[in-house]
Amino acid sequence: MAFRAAVVTFPGSNCDRDMAVALERASGEAPLRVWHGDAALPDRLDFIALPGGFSYGDYLRSGAMAANSPIMREVVRAADRGVPVLGVCNGFQVLTEAGMLPGALMRNESQNFICRTVDLRVENTASLFTAGYKAGGTIRIPVAHHDGNYFADTETLERIEGEGRVAFRYVANANGSQRDIAGVLNAAGNVLGMMPHPERAVDPAHGGTDGLRLFENAVKALAHA
Amino acid sequence: MKVRVLVSLKPGVLDPQGRAVHHALEGLGFDSVSDVRIGRTIELEVADGTSDAALEEMCEKLLANTVIENYRIEKLG
Repeated sequence: MAFRAAVVTFPGSNCDRDMAVALERASGEAPLRVWHGDAALPDRLDFIALPGGFSYGDYLRSGAMAANSPIMREVVRAADRGVPVLGVCNGFQVLTEAGMLPGALMRNESQNFICRTVDLRVENTASLFTAGYKAGGTIRIPVAHHDGNYFADTETLERIEGEGRVAFRYVANANGSQRDIAGVLNAAGNVLGMMPHPERAVDPAHGGTDGLRLFENAVKALAHA
Repeated sequence: MKVRVLVSLKPGVLDPQGRAVHHALEGLGFDSVSDVRIGRTIELEVADGTSDAALEEMCEKLLANTVIENYRIEKLG
């Protein structure tokens, strides 16, 4: 069965091509490409990816404008139906701004843009994105962001921790994120937002392939679904 | 009608930018400053008679992120 994925491009997205390459490498199928102004998503999608970049020039707040673009209404609807949605970096910011994930991503505590490969601890191995990782193991994935400082109020943090919805944590806090949070799942487990870029770790020439496994996990989970 | 929306970080939310500016003011010798918080001003030109409810909805849905920010609406007439 062909794996039918879509990558959404907003004006200012710049990791959409890398995302498409990663998905094709994991699944053998080139994903469909969707534009922010499209009124509808392709039908029968198995997977939706919101890529990194600087959608709408980060106007107002990172991800705020994209969260209100026409295609996002359809992404919300698809996620409600259970279609897996992955948001990376700016895609994570869009997911929080759209209310699909709790919390917000603020300016890095250091005020600096950070761009380096970091160690992440895999906290949840029950999701379709993370099932192939070793629980508590570490993976190496690049980060590249200015607004990755995860914030949520204490009540929200307690809830997502209690429900096992923290997918990844920084081994060494990179940006001031509360509780070292690098990636968060929604309550149903089919929406994952993360600041690190798994699509930038899918080829030995990238310095590692820990990111490829995330896409392979999703492909494998959906093949058995 | 001109409307001004003031968006500020909620109390308790760290403001690293404000802190950096605070340090810079201290560096300039202004030692009377005890805290700096940075926000954003948005000025809107809206039709006369635009309801308070509509203005609030604009803030809730887009102009502020209420997870981290408070807003205040000032009608300038």
